[in-house]
Amino acid sequence: MRLVAAAVAALVMVGVADARTWRIRAGEGAEQALQTALIEASPGDTVRIGRGRFELSSGLSLNVDRVTIRGEGEGRSILSFDTQRRGAEGLLVTADDVVLRDFAVENARGDAIKVRDCDGITIQGVRVEWTRGPNENNGAYGLYPVNCSNVMIRDSIARGASDAGIYVGQSRNIIVRDNLAEFNVAGIEIENSFNADVFGNRATNNTGGVLVFDLPGLPQQGGHSVRVFDNEIVGNNTANFAPAGNIVATVPAGTGVLIMANRDVHVFDNEIADHGTINVLVTSYRAEFTDPNYNPLPRNIMIRNNAFGNVGYAPVGDLAALAQLGLGMPDVVWDGATLYSVGGTPRSESVRIVMRDNRSTRNRTGSFLSLGLPVAGSPFTEAAPDANFPPLLPLEEPEEVEIDD
Amino acid sequence: MIRALIAACAVLACVASATAQAPARVNDAAITAARPAATWAAYGFFRDAGAREPTARVTPYDLNTALYSDGALKFRYVYIPAGAQAQYNGDGVFEFPVGTVLIKTFAFAEDMRTPEQNVRFLETRLLIRRESGWVALPYVWNEAQTEARYSPIGADLPVSFSNEEGQAIALDWHVPNVNECSGCHVRNGEVEPIGPSARNLNRDFAYADGEANQIGHWNSLGLLSPLPASASPRVPNAYDASAPLADRARAYLDVNCAHCHNPAGPAHTSGLDLSWSQDDPSRWGVLKRPVAAGRGSAGFEFSIEPGHPERSILLHRMQSTDPGVMMPELGRTLVDERGVALIREWIAGMDGSGSPSERN
Repeated sequence: MRLVAAAVAALVMVGVADARTWRIRAGEGAEQALQTALIEASPGDTVRIGRGRFELSSGLSLNVDRVTIRGEGEGRSILSFDTQRRGAEGLLVTADDVVLRDFAVENARGDAIKVRDCDGITIQGVRVEWTRGPNENNGAYGLYPVNCSNVMIRDSIARGASDAGIYVGQSRNIIVRDNLAEFNVAGIEIENSFNADVFGNRATNNTGGVLVFDLPGLPQQGGHSVRVFDNEIVGNNTANFAPAGNIVATVPAGTGVLIMANRDVHVFDNEIADHGTINVLVTSYRAEFTDPNYNPLPRNIMIRNNAFGNVGYAPVGDLAALAQLGLGMPDVVWDGATLYSVGGTPRSESVRIVMRDNRSTRNRTGSFLSLGLPVAGSPFTEAAPDANFPPLLPLEEPEEVEIDD
Repeated sequence: MIRALIAACAVLACVASATAQAPARVNDAAITAARPAATWAAYGFFRDAGAREPTARVTPYDLNTALYSDGALKFRYVYIPAGAQAQYNGDGVFEFPVGTVLIKTFAFAEDMRTPEQNVRFLETRLLIRRESGWVALPYVWNEAQTEARYSPIGADLPVSFSNEEGQAIALDWHVPNVNECSGCHVRNGEVEPIGPSARNLNRDFAYADGEANQIGHWNSLGLLSPLPASASPRVPNAYDASAPLADRARAYLDVNCAHCHNPAGPAHTSGLDLSWSQDDPSRWGVLKRPVAAGRGSAGFEFSIEPGHPERSILLHRMQSTDPGVMMPELGRTLVDERGVALIREWIAGMDGSGSPSERN
C-alpha cells in the first residue's frame, strides 16, 4: 500500500515537472479542441491559442487552477462569438491563479471574460471588444472578475461594453494598470471592492471614465481603499447606451470620475479633462434601499494634484440644472450629504471630502461645488449650493496594493 | 485485504455473468475508479442495455417540482452501496455516503402526449460521491439506444418530437460538458447534487410493489436514516392548483433558479437568493435592483415589481432564449411557458410587500 502511495506521489511530481502545452489551431474542430484542452488541462499547463479567428458557438469555461491561456497577441488570436448560441459569457474562469494573455474576445452575447470566486487572476495584453461600437445590445462587462482576491488587469483593452469595459466587483486586492478602456458606458469600474490601485490607464470616449461604486444588498459591500492615480481620463462624452435599470444607466454622459458611496478613495495625479458634464462627481447612492448594513455616503475622499481640463460645456442629467441656474460647472461636485436613512431611522456620518493642490486649464486650482443636499437621495430641488472648498483635513492614503507573481 | 478479495471476486463474477447475461449487480469498483468508465454499461446499473430495468439497489425516484429542461422526460435513480446509508437532512440535500450514484436520464418521446411510447434516451448524467467529493459525469446515448459513452466535452444532439400540445418541435439538445455541469451543481466551490432534498422527495412513488412515500420507502430499504420525529418538509408540485400560488411559485424558483441563486451558489454575487428557505422578499427579488444584469434588465428597474409581471426582470429573463439574457443561463433552448404563466400570475397578484394580495 505504501508503495502505491509512493507511486502516486511520483506521478504527481512528474505531472508538475512536465507541465504540458496544448496548442490549438484555428479552423475546423478548433472549438472542441479548445474546450477539451480547458477541461483536460492539469494545473500548471499552458493552452496556446494560435493565430487566426476562432468561431465559437458556446461560451468557453476553465475550472483548473494555475492554467495559462495564451495567444499570439490581441490582434492575432481572436476568439469570436459572432455566432454564439449558448453561454452567458465568452470565457468563464472559476479557478485560482489563472493567467490570460495576448488574445481577444469579440462580440460575446453576454459578458466577455468573467472570472468568478477566485484567488489570483492575471489578465494581460487581452482585448475584449464589441466591434460594432457602442450599442445597447452589446454584452454588459468586458473584463469581469467578481468575488476574487489578487486581481491583476494590465496592458489590456476593453471596447464597447454596455455596462463597464473593465469591471472589478466584490473583490479584494486589485491592480488595474496601463489599460485602454474606450467606447464603453463605464470605462473602468471598481464596485463593492476592497483595496484597489487603478493607475496608468487611459479611459476615453466612454460615458463615464472611472467609476468607484458601492451598492446595497450584495454579499460584499462597504467598498473602501481605492487609489485612482496617474490615469488619463479624457473626453468621456459618449451618450449613455446602458439598458435602463442598471446602475450605470444613471451615469451622465460627459463624466470623468464618479465616486458613489465607498470610503477612503484617493484620486490624484490624473489628467481629467474634456468632459461635457463633470470631471469628478462625488455622490451618495440615491435610490431607496432596505439593507440595514449599507452606508450610501462617500466619505474620506481625497482629490489632489490632478490636472483638470475643459468641463461642463454640455451638461447632461440632473447636473444640467446647475448650468441653467447660471452656476458655471465646476471640476468637482459633491452632493453634500452627511445623513442617510435606514428604515426611517436617520444616521449621520462624519464625511470628509478634501480637495487640494489640483490645477486646471480654466482656473488656477480647479473648482468645487457642494450641492448641499442634506440627506442621501434628497431631490435636487432641495440643493443649497456652496462653492467654498471643504476644509483641508488630513486623510490617510490607502496602502499600495501588492500582488505576488 | 479480505474486502479487496471480495471486491475482486465481485468484479470477476460480473465479468463471468456478463458473458452469459447482463450483470446482476452494480459494479462498485467502476463507481469508485479514478477514471470514469468509457461506457455506461460498465457500471451495471441496469439489467438491460437499454437501461429500462434497474439492478437491485438501484431505486427510482421523482421530485415534487423538477427543473425545466425543454420538457424532456427524466428518469432518476439513486444507488447507495450495500452497508451504507444516506443521512437525513431536513433543510438541504441528504448527506450521501461515498459510493453513492445519482442517475438521471434525459429523454423525449416521439409524441410527448404518449410519453411511454417511442422514448429516445439522449443522455444520462451521473453524480458520483467519491472520497474527495462529488463528480459529474455525462454519458451520451447512441442512435441505436444500445450504449451510452462517457462524453466529458458534452455533445449537441438534434432532436425532434411532438410536444404535449401536439406541435412539432426541433431543437439541438446540448449535453453539458463537465464544466457546465458544475455551472449549476456547485455550492461553496464544491460539486453538489440539487434535487434529492427532503422537501422535494417527500411524495408518493408508484413502486413495482405498490405506492409509497419515497422518504419512508428509502428508509425501509435501509438507504436512509434516521427519519425525523416530525413530518418532513415538503414543497408542492408547482402545477398542483390545489396548493397556494405563492408556495408553487417559490417551489418553482427553488428548483429552477436557486441552484445558482443562493448565498453559496454561482450567482451569489447577484445578491438574489431564490431558495425556498429565504423569507426576506427583498432577497428573493421584490423591488431588488439589478447588479450585473446588463441588457438582461430590458430597461426594467426591479427583479420583481409587485403587481407588474410585465416590468419584472426575473420574468423577462425566463421568457428569453437569448444566451446573453436568458435564465437559467444553461439547460434550455425553449421558454417554459407553464413556468412563465405561473410566475406571471404570482407577481401579478403580489402586493407591495411581496405578499399575495387579498383576493376574492
